[in-house]
Amino acid sequence: MAGPKPEAVVNGGARQQPSDLLKKTVGVKLKLKTKQQELLIRVSILFLVYVLAFITRLFSVLRYESMIHEFDPYFNYRTTLFLTQKGFYEFWNWFDSESWYPLGRIIGGTLYPGLMVTAAIIYWGLRFLRFAVHIREVCVLTAPFFASNTTLVAYFFGKEIWDSGAGLVAAALIAICPGYISRSVAGSYDNEGVAIFALLLTFYLFVKAVNTGSLAWALASAFGYFYMVSAWGGYVFIINLIPLYVLVLLVTGRYSMRLYVAYNCMYVLGMLLAMQIRFVGFQHVQSGEHMAAMGVFFLIQVFYFLDWVKYLLSDTKLFQAFLRITVTLAVGVGSIALGVGMASGYISPWTGRFYSLLDPTYAKDHIPIIASVSEHQPTAWSSFMFDFHILLFLFPAGLYFCFKRLSDATIFIVMYGLTSMYFAGVMVRLILVATPAVCLISAIAVSATIKNLTQLVRPNHKVSQTGSSKGTGSVKGSSKVTIDQSQPFQRNGAIVLLFGAFYLLSRYATHCTWVTSEAYSSPSIVLAARGAHGNRVIFDDYREAYFWLRQNTPPDAKVMSWWDYGYQITAMGNRTVIVDNNTWNNTHIATVGRAMSSYEDEAYEIMQSLDVDYVLVVFGGVTGYSSDDINKFLWMVRIGGGVFPVIKEPDYLVNGEYRVDKGAAPKMLNCLMYKLSYYRFGELTTEYGKPPGYDRARGVEIGNKDIKLEHLEEAFTTSNWIVRIYKVKPPNNRW
Amino acid sequence: MARRSSHSIFFHSLQSGGFDLDFKLADDPKLALQRYGQYLYDALILFSPSTERFGGSLDLKAVLDFVDSGHDLILAADASASDLIRNIATEFGVDFDEDQSNVLIDHTSYAVSGTEGDHTLIASDDFIKSDVILGKTKIEAPVLFRGIAHSLNAANSLVLKVLSASPSAYSSNPSSSQLQPPSLTGSAISLVSVVQARNNARILISGSLDMFSNRLFSSAVQKAGSTHKFAKSGNKQFVTELSKWVFHERGHLKAVNIRHHKVGETDEPAIYRIKDDLHFSVEIYEWSGNSWEPYVANDVQVQFYMMSPYVLKTLETDQKGLYSTSFKVPDVYGVFQFKVEYQKLGYTTLSLSKQIPVRPFKHNEYERFITTAFPYYGASFTTMAGFFIFCVIFLYHK
Repeated sequence: MAGPKPEAVVNGGARQQPSDLLKKTVGVKLKLKTKQQELLIRVSILFLVYVLAFITRLFSVLRYESMIHEFDPYFNYRTTLFLTQKGFYEFWNWFDSESWYPLGRIIGGTLYPGLMVTAAIIYWGLRFLRFAVHIREVCVLTAPFFASNTTLVAYFFGKEIWDSGAGLVAAALIAICPGYISRSVAGSYDNEGVAIFALLLTFYLFVKAVNTGSLAWALASAFGYFYMVSAWGGYVFIINLIPLYVLVLLVTGRYSMRLYVAYNCMYVLGMLLAMQIRFVGFQHVQSGEHMAAMGVFFLIQVFYFLDWVKYLLSDTKLFQAFLRITVTLAVGVGSIALGVGMASGYISPWTGRFYSLLDPTYAKDHIPIIASVSEHQPTAWSSFMFDFHILLFLFPAGLYFCFKRLSDATIFIVMYGLTSMYFAGVMVRLILVATPAVCLISAIAVSATIKNLTQLVRPNHKVSQTGSSKGTGSVKGSSKVTIDQSQPFQRNGAIVLLFGAFYLLSRYATHCTWVTSEAYSSPSIVLAARGAHGNRVIFDDYREAYFWLRQNTPPDAKVMSWWDYGYQITAMGNRTVIVDNNTWNNTHIATVGRAMSSYEDEAYEIMQSLDVDYVLVVFGGVTGYSSDDINKFLWMVRIGGGVFPVIKEPDYLVNGEYRVDKGAAPKMLNCLMYKLSYYRFGELTTEYGKPPGYDRARGVEIGNKDIKLEHLEEAFTTSNWIVRIYKVKPPNNRW
Repeated sequence: MARRSSHSIFFHSLQSGGFDLDFKLADDPKLALQRYGQYLYDALILFSPSTERFGGSLDLKAVLDFVDSGHDLILAADASASDLIRNIATEFGVDFDEDQSNVLIDHTSYAVSGTEGDHTLIASDDFIKSDVILGKTKIEAPVLFRGIAHSLNAANSLVLKVLSASPSAYSSNPSSSQLQPPSLTGSAISLVSVVQARNNARILISGSLDMFSNRLFSSAVQKAGSTHKFAKSGNKQFVTELSKWVFHERGHLKAVNIRHHKVGETDEPAIYRIKDDLHFSVEIYEWSGNSWEPYVANDVQVQFYMMSPYVLKTLETDQKGLYSTSFKVPDVYGVFQFKVEYQKLGYTTLSLSKQIPVRPFKHNEYERFITTAFPYYGASFTTMAGFFIFCVIFLYHK
């Protein structure tokens, strides 16, 4: 509208024109009014969703404090701190001698730097704008910030595959979906927080590229992929899903030039960009997990070639023969190349993690270190319900709508949804990957249903029907049929159904808020419990112990603990650890597992060979904290026994039962972990009316109350006994 | 206090060596080794074999703590040795014969004397072969010994026999007839033993208090079966030299100034890179009794150690106490240690370690251009050029 006015002034000549022009503009304004209103509403809804996504993740800050949560985020925080202090090149080449003593770890080459670089850029940006923030605050709020951005991407994605209404619903759903919130609350400074944004962005840009056939969108999608690769190992999902999608399109005869442009550009550039990440390196051409993408890449070239030949050859019979020969040749050459590559070792076989995705029982039998992580367990139905709530019902409905209106975009979202739902069933943590797909598909269901219902509710539904829903051919068809039948209680029924939908959605919102505040906002480094009078009791034992380590031990002291606490000890205690959460060396972890499950004198030799100065164990017997080392102990035995066959699991069990009371196995009662956990515990009365030495986490009286330590001495026990630190004594002076 | 005079030669030899002696009775109620957390003495001599309980705050634990904090101890027992003295000895890996009435008897290498016929006065010359412990001058005369036998606990790797019994010695009660085979026999018996603890505290344990006495110091000795009669026994020389060793006048080493740096530089880096050439040096001195003298040896080795030694090199010395060597850092990254583990009989143990991380190459430390890769460079540049030409032709050739 701004256009015509200056033009008129420049023309200057005609005096009668302005009134005419005014009329015209008014007319345009009136005409655009509903559209503008819609735009305004849409933008404000999006803005509110954006803010909502951010603030709903702040529960943890309000409940506790602005702190980093859990285990891995502490490593990310430590590396980010290093990055901001020392600069990018030092970070890139960082060799960390404080973890994995004495092997050390090349941090720069074994991490996905996307998250740290993102946080550092935000930090530097804020600094440049003269906001004197601490890097910790940036790290704490990175995940919520990216969750907000994800809602925007979800909106555009929804708009791309269905319409803007579905986009808005998708944005709103994903903003509060517990499956996503679980990994993106404030303080959960982990790769996934950024990666889900990158994942959805890549998918959105790729679908956009397929829809438009534009090189620019494909290029953008390649960059999205690059960001994803730099941020999270889950990029393997993208590099397998997209080829699968392309393959499906090829098989269903939906091959088009748009697809050809989008896939080739995205694959070639994305691959080249991904190779720039040190941790990924040449995996795109050398690892079995990435071969599907390459195969599809060659296949699509064959398709293009065939298309071209078909265009040249007029004779269909000739073409059929040619097709047969070419396809046989292509498949033959491809399989020979793959076979040779595999046999010569150039293409590495699939990794254990990949196998365990395809076969859920694989990890349990072969790689205990993967199976020992709780978030790698198969998903229980309850956690699906917990994380998705009504989306679990809306998901199939959305699939129905997608199938009703098949297009390149809906095929993509259907495939994304189905594959990710399968993976979510295999591993708990992969619910996160499925969440965007579930939200988008459910949003289609919600949006389409409500749209249909509101059309019925409106008095002049015929007009509105033609006015709105331009592209929804099939839906329009179905609604038309119902209108034509004009059942008597149709309108009332629609109103009731609308209220039902409203009720469901509001339940969803309530559920999400409740889950966020109760379940997903706990930092797990500070524990909260309800006291006897209903008041909140805070156990801050972890930090107490780490600060004790920091202030009372020599700076080069080596601390041995189970690997779960490695990142926290290095980040908060600033001490060298033997193993940590980056489980890259199974033997080293097994050595620690072996030490923990041996008798004290055997363990002492192992600890001497590793120069261990302090041993840290986590013990929940006093507080009833159940995820302590005694409950993790069988995994230490299994992992230790996997490398050192001297350690045998049956030695620690009685008739296949794991127990710590009087009936426990003798080896169990005398192994190092038991001794360190229960040292002096036999003197303590934990609960009224129970004998001394009553373990509240397991609900039994312990079997060995008279524990004497020969080579270790108690150095520190936190106020609630959750963390116990022992000092390894030097060898006997006189022997 | 009677022992003060009966063993005065020994005490005088110490006093003339520059030591201040402070005599206390074993049951002195004010007996204490430390006051206000500070030790009052550098060494303890226990010549009270029959004491069941010390006076004051001295007990078994106090003695052990005294040694564990780096102080020296001389302990002498005899046939009347109490449980306390035996327990102290046991803590150092020395087990006295458990039967209280047994003494050491040797019917072949006894000292010939006119009055005694039960062969409990032993003349032994089976010394440990170490110049460091016993001094450079060879002890010619046998050492006279009258007391109880002890054996060494096999589990203790630190205790050494300084004076061993002959194969025909045994531990028994001389006044009663033999009914059972003696529990300790032959060369398993030790007469005098020393321990050098891990913190380099030195302990001397003797089964004979008389060995230190003036009477045996000055008596003539003739070993049974030998015609040569020495005018004086070897006791004085043996005990004096041994006490010099125990009180760190001999065989005491110190290592200072552990330095390492890259070849061609002088500053000590915080981290090495794999394949760096480095230079390592350490200075070792020996205490000569009044000053630190350079220690000269050709068997000091350094390890570059990470769970196992990756480099093991003998250090070269400049004869002035400086030991040094150069080597290349192995092609393995990790947290290494420079380790000098020097354990030589009689000398203090040198156990030095210095931690140093070794990092891999940085991204810009590799070679920029490799000749073998030139085909690839060629390929990429020709592809680029070809693509450019193709574009030009495709766009403008019609």
